[in-house]
Parts: sequence; C-alpha cells; structure tokens
Amino acid sequence: MKILICIKQVPDMESRFKINAAGTWYSDQDLAWRMNEYDEFAVEQAVKLREQLGEAEVVVLSVGPDKVKETMKKALAMGADRGVHIHDEASYEKDSFQIASAIAAYAGEQGFDAIFTGMQSQDRGSAQVGVLLAGLLGLPAVTTIVDFVCDGKTATVKRELEGGLKAVVKLPLPALFTCQLGLNTPRYPTLPNIMKAKKKELVSLPIADLHTAEAMTTTNLIRLPAKRGAGLILEGDISQLTEQLVAILKDKTAVLK
Amino acid sequence: MKALLIAESRQGKLLTGSYETLAFARQVGAEVTMFLVGSESDLPKFDGRLYLADYNEVGEYNPEEHLRLLLEVINKEKPQLVILSHSSYGWDLAPRIALALQAGQISEVVDFQGASMVVPACNAKLQRVVQTQKELTVITLQAGAFSLADDPSGVPTVEKLAVQVASKMEFIGYEEPEAGGVDLSKAEVIVSAGRGIGKPENLAMIESLAKALGGEYGASRPVVDSGWAEHNRQVGSTGQMVSPKLYVACGISGAIQHMAGMKKSEFIVAINTDRDAPIGEVADVLVVADLKQFLPALTTRLEG
Repeated sequence: MKILICIKQVPDMESRFKINAAGTWYSDQDLAWRMNEYDEFAVEQAVKLREQLGEAEVVVLSVGPDKVKETMKKALAMGADRGVHIHDEASYEKDSFQIASAIAAYAGEQGFDAIFTGMQSQDRGSAQVGVLLAGLLGLPAVTTIVDFVCDGKTATVKRELEGGLKAVVKLPLPALFTCQLGLNTPRYPTLPNIMKAKKKELVSLPIADLHTAEAMTTTNLIRLPAKRGAGLILEGDISQLTEQLVAILKDKTAVLK
Repeated sequence: MKALLIAESRQGKLLTGSYETLAFARQVGAEVTMFLVGSESDLPKFDGRLYLADYNEVGEYNPEEHLRLLLEVINKEKPQLVILSHSSYGWDLAPRIALALQAGQISEVVDFQGASMVVPACNAKLQRVVQTQKELTVITLQAGAFSLADDPSGVPTVEKLAVQVASKMEFIGYEEPEAGGVDLSKAEVIVSAGRGIGKPENLAMIESLAKALGGEYGASRPVVDSGWAEHNRQVGSTGQMVSPKLYVACGISGAIQHMAGMKKSEFIVAINTDRDAPIGEVADVLVVADLKQFLPALTTRLEG
C-alpha cells in the first residue's frame, strides 16, 4: 500500500504579520515557521495506518521554497518514509488550483491508495487543495474527517458537521481524506527519530517540470483588517485593571449588581 | 448578473444559513435562482425559481449526486456566480463544482468590492482581496458575514429534478453529539478558556471566575481537542453558538470559527497578553494582562 501526505509550511499564527513589497501576501521576514496544524493530524493518521497494516510506504510531499524541507523533516521524524519536495520559490503566488495541479502531476503516476491532507491551511485557509487534488486524480474525497478506520481496502470515516454532529461515511480505497483538528493525537518526534529522519530520502523536483496550470483566481492585494475601534483597551497594574473592569461591568452589563 | 444559490438541508430540514446566500446576492444586486436537495415540506422562502431534488431519493449528502444535479442546473441557468455557505457542505461541494466547470473559487467571503471578494487570511489577522479569472465564479460565504434585513418571505416556483443515485460513497448514519451536560446557550454569563491558559490545571481559574459571575465556563476548540474540557463546553461553529449577556474570553486569540460562535454576545470582555489578538475585533473591552495574575485577582474582587 502506498500512502501520500500533503503538508504545508506556514508561519506561526501568533506572529505579527507585515505586508510584502508587492502588497499581495505577508512578508516572509521575521517569522517562525511550522507545519500547518491540520497537516500534523494528516501525518499522524498516515503513520498510524502504516503501523496498523505493516506493509505500506508513507510519502510526504510539500510545495514551496527550500525552507519547507525543515518542516518536511518533522514529518519524516514522525514516521513518514521519504519526502518529495516540489520546489517553488513563488508558491505563495499560486492559487489552490495551481498547487493541486502540481501535486496531481506528481501523484498521478504513483498509484497512491490513500492520500491525507489538512482540511485547510492556516494562512490561506481556502480548504480547496485536497478536494481539487482528488478530483484531478479521479479519486473520491471526504473532507473534515475526525475519525478514520480502515481495513486496507475500505475506510469508514466520520465527517465533522456543525454543532457537534458527525456523518459516518464508508468508501473504498483509493481515496483522499482532508483532516480536521482532533482526528488523533499527533506524536512528538523523539530525538532518535529526528536523527533517523536526517538519513531518509528527501528529493526536490522543480515545479517547472510538473506545473502547467493557469491560475483561476488572483490576489489583488492583502491588507490588515480595518480596526473597528469601538473596543476599549485596558493595560497596567493588576489591581487597577480589576477595579476598572468591575466598574465597566457594573455600568454596561446587568450581570453585576 | 445571474447567481445560483445553493441552499442546504439536513434530514429534510432547511438550514437557516441558506438565507445568507440570498442576503449576499441581494447586496450585489444579482438575479437569483436557488438549488436545494431537501424536502417539499420545508422550502426556502423567496420569490424565484427553486430547483429541488427530493432528499428522500438522494439520501443524506452524497457529493457525486449533488454535483451531478448541480451541473445540470448550472448548464441550464448559466449563472456567473454560484454561492454556497462556507460550511461542511459548502467547502466540500464548492471545489468539486469549480473543478468540473473550470471556474474560479473564492472561499470564506466576508465582504466584496465590485467584482472582487474579501476573504480572511492568517486567522483573520489579514484580509485578501481576490478576483477570479473565469466567467464563472464559485464562492463560499463565512457564516454570519451576510444576513437578510427582514425575515425571509415569498414562495418559490419549484422545478423538480430527476435523481439517479450511484456513488462510491455510502452514507452510514449520523452520530449525534453526546446528550446531557451543560447547555451553554442558556447561560447568561460564559467565561471561556483558550489555548492561552497554557495547561489543564489552569482551567480551575476559569471555573472560579465563571462561578463568581454566576455563569458557566466554556472553551475554545484547541482546549476541547486537548481533552482539557468536554465537547459540550465548546463555543464556536463546530460547538455551540452562544449569545450571553456577558462573554469573557480568556487566552483566546480569536479563531474565525470561535468568533462565529460568540460574537453576538451582548458584552464581550477579552483577556489576552497580545493586544493585537483578533479577538480584540469583537471585544468591547480588551484587558491586556497575564491570566494567571489577573483572573484570581478579579475573582477575589467579585467574591469580596
């Protein structure tokens, strides 16, 4: 069995974002980078499936500049067997369709039985690449899964709907699954596994060899949201803050007498 | 401009979020037609054409059949815009439509500027203004971003669609959320814990403050996913939608999904060490402080 995981490197969302010179994306300066949170669940599920089935190969793929290899190494340390890096210094300019097309150009010849992606990225948040990739490969896709059971031939998964409701769906492999937070508990790479990961295969393919699709959408500009400005910001000494807040609650709400 | 609105139903019951697509279409001045896989006994209220597929025949959400039916309708109506909610239904179905028709898709729209759409990026710390390069655009709308000024009214002209079901995917059933526990939607005061509480032991501070205010405690998704709080305490689009008299967000940065579930609260206090946290966008008061110092001080003051 062959399993593919698609991951993305994103900035830490606690960062203070600045706009880049072109005004079309955030500046990549002074940011801490990490694996897209949703993708950690995808990696964990793929590695668990391999552990369950015994015989399987787990390939981790990422599109982006050279630095995404650092994040791919985490996936390798979590248990992926080898990495395929689609090298593109300008991946941030590409839309979901172009990214999905590049991945499909690679994955189409590989015959993967199961593909796991995050349900969305934390930076762009389009929630499109997984479904588009499945469509381009002619595979069924189930989005936003929070439970995954597989016997090697069919998968029974739970999709998260609204208000705590879940839909249970069964489908044959090959198929693609987009992973929601809480699907499993992603493991922390151990030091021995981090060392082992350094020796695992990690090849880079230039995107020009794979990518041919035109963009479906373009970003005109990116900006900071307009501050609503209505909110009051309180700062300072704790006891003073306490008094200020209690006074406001007495004045503005009916919950304090 | 012609817009096709995709309404949503579950077990034959129309989901009210469907009206948000109508609200958006009216704001952009589009001529509307609607599509629904649902029940004739619970139709959306509007004056216009509704293409209806009977959910008794289609069954619960089946992406292949929904897509097939939709392509039939799009072919006939030739809209320039297809509008869905950014829900578990919308984000699943929208890319399938876009791919099938080589359309541009724009996800989680919160606003528009002419033909360009405004969408959040980086957990709403940024906004992206996007436009499509194609004749057909598929968009999904952020929950709560658009709403009708008046109660919906009208009677649609129903055109029934013939259903054929053949799918690789088999719907087994629904799993309801665990019953019992707290009903946050009835609480007048909710004090919620976010990832910023750092460790599960600190949840006690949240509970104490909730008690001092005569309310219940809630939690953001990461806190529930970490197993620090029960799912029935989760506030947000995948948990409970709440609108108490007072909502106190402790160490919650303000993920879009969380804010969708609490922004209609009457008064919102956020306590956070980061004065730029997105939760500040909806908070009436943002207290910039360390929770571990501020919460016990506030609780003691309220109890005193």
